[in-house]
Amino acid sequence: MEPTSARFKNNAREALDTPTLQAALTKLADGFPGRRRDAIARMPEFERLRDAARAIKEHTLDHLDVYLETFEARVNANGGEVHWCADADEARRTILDICRRAGARTVTKSKSMISEEIAINDYLERHGIRPVETDLGEYIIQLRREPPSHIIAPAIHLSAAQVADTFRASHTRRPKDRPLDEPTALLDEARAELREDFLTADVGITGANMLVAETGSNVLVTNEGNADLTHTLPRVHIVVASIEKIVPTLEDASIVLRVLARSATGQDVTVYTSFCTGPRRTGDPDGPREYHVVLLDNGRSKLLNTEFHDMLRCIRCSACLNHCPVYRAVGGHAYGWVYSGPMGAVLIPALIGLEEAAHLPNASTLCGRCESVCPMRIPLPRMLRAWRERQHREKKISWSARFGLTAWSFVAARPRFYRPLTALAIRALGNMARNRGRFRRLPLLGGWTRVRDFPAPEGETFMTLWRDAAERRGQS
Amino acid sequence: MSRASRQFMLATIRRACTQRRGETGVRAAAARLGRHEAGPVPARGRLDREGQIALFTAEATRVEATVKRVASLKDVPGAVAAYLAGQNIEARLKMAPDPWLRNIPWSKSSVISVTEGVGERNDAVGVTTAAVMVAETGTLVLASGPESPTSLALVPPVHVAVVPVGRMVGSYEEAWARLRERAPAGGPFMPRAVNWITGPSRTADIEQTLLLGAHGPQRQLIILVDEEKA
Repeated sequence: MEPTSARFKNNAREALDTPTLQAALTKLADGFPGRRRDAIARMPEFERLRDAARAIKEHTLDHLDVYLETFEARVNANGGEVHWCADADEARRTILDICRRAGARTVTKSKSMISEEIAINDYLERHGIRPVETDLGEYIIQLRREPPSHIIAPAIHLSAAQVADTFRASHTRRPKDRPLDEPTALLDEARAELREDFLTADVGITGANMLVAETGSNVLVTNEGNADLTHTLPRVHIVVASIEKIVPTLEDASIVLRVLARSATGQDVTVYTSFCTGPRRTGDPDGPREYHVVLLDNGRSKLLNTEFHDMLRCIRCSACLNHCPVYRAVGGHAYGWVYSGPMGAVLIPALIGLEEAAHLPNASTLCGRCESVCPMRIPLPRMLRAWRERQHREKKISWSARFGLTAWSFVAARPRFYRPLTALAIRALGNMARNRGRFRRLPLLGGWTRVRDFPAPEGETFMTLWRDAAERRGQS
Repeated sequence: MSRASRQFMLATIRRACTQRRGETGVRAAAARLGRHEAGPVPARGRLDREGQIALFTAEATRVEATVKRVASLKDVPGAVAAYLAGQNIEARLKMAPDPWLRNIPWSKSSVISVTEGVGERNDAVGVTTAAVMVAETGTLVLASGPESPTSLALVPPVHVAVVPVGRMVGSYEEAWARLRERAPAGGPFMPRAVNWITGPSRTADIEQTLLLGAHGPQRQLIILVDEEKA
């Protein structure tokens, strides 16, 4: 999809004015964080598991070349093939090529953020191949031609009534007056529609939650079972994965799995966790005849050993989205691309360029909840600040903002200026407000006072109060 | 195309990695691959056999599976028939061609029809065993192979797993150790598919309402068999 991240401010304003979205976001805030908390309460070793998971990823990123080559050698030994793709275009062409060689007409797909990133569905359609998303949420947004608004719950922004409307508009061969009021009716209809595609698809495309170097396996987690039907029933299985998904061993994968579902949905483990290793073996009664791994870089190797290195530990659990006050106010579509929330605000500028995504690092209060819930302890606020610093350095913010920040940092770093200037400003503002205690309008603060009052200071700075209190303590 | 990208990607990655890890790094990674080092294993996985069975039962039940324990394979047909009758499901079974499962004396219960094969469109109930069971989360570990089609546990709307209690372990790490033990010497030990299955299929994609039976089975019955040899 074409990113609309540059229009973040407009996107956000629209999101705030959309009642169905606001209702959905309230529901999200009531759901995921509480379930995560409960799951962690049942696992006393959770903090140690986080440390272990983080250490595994740190080690892996420092030896990424070794593990990727090992992975490739194992996939080859298992009878599969690894396709190294530097960018989205190369990945798309590689996938189309495999599909064409297989004579594919229908491709089933299990939810994959990488496949959203390379926009494979549009590409396949343009070349006469029908891609069918099989994760229920992803199927719904595919029918609506929307991008996902959440990395694990892609249709979280929709109400059941909107889904019913979508099904009525899309499944035109069914009776028009059928009841679709209950979520079970919607699920039954989607299950029936997708069953035929599962059984007749020529190629199955999945992502990978991890790649295991030791065995050449890919790991997939789902609750619906759609990934398993996607990699088991068609003749060809294509795995689309980015380079940082790799872990050394099955034991390492197990540690990451112990923190993944708990951080994401608050489950101890997802219903289905699958390890696929190559094509079907001699004597196997089912499974694909071909196994391909499309290994995508798309700008990630450039992040290694930079200030954004730690972002490559991300396992896409969505805990940072679920706990972010900004995400919970505007939802995922406002971010304007396939990722969203704090992880999106760090990753999107790295993948599509800071110019295109200039607002995203600033769409944060830096409250730090994202880092505190991240199973991989990724310092997201630090990286958001790193993007802001880069914008400042590269003069990519407005002249007035740059001037203001430069003046502020000059004063703030010099107590001799800072203390008398703030004392003066506070006393002046206190006098101006007289007894009202707030301002309805202030020069230079129109952005603030347009939507809310500005509280008036009470006459003294904290430093003055502290000094006075210290003197009183000294006297008593 | 792919070869040029391979060289380019690996060169970029190697440059950054070398800066971070120094010279000895490559050997450290190679050694780590062979060690299968376990991380912190949760205490709840470290129990005796009966403790593991109790935990497995509690965890699987929590995620909407039904767990029954029987003394021997002779009791399996009765337990399956009673479960299916209680759910009003036709007792038409498609079973994995597994030598141990073939010892189940189905003929004693006349209501059940049993055929063997892969999971297909019109199957009512898929019957499999499991290579391992993990108490930690109430998880079945299925390993694909000539006697174990992956599709049987996924395509039919009901999944019945019949497993000897001797295949119970505490943690995921022990499950991998079991799979490594049963592999033929020399060859790769991982089968085409290893499926961890924890409860029946579900989704919460519509307004976060939890619904069972998304694409996989809507119901799951796990029968633990005390006596391994029938």
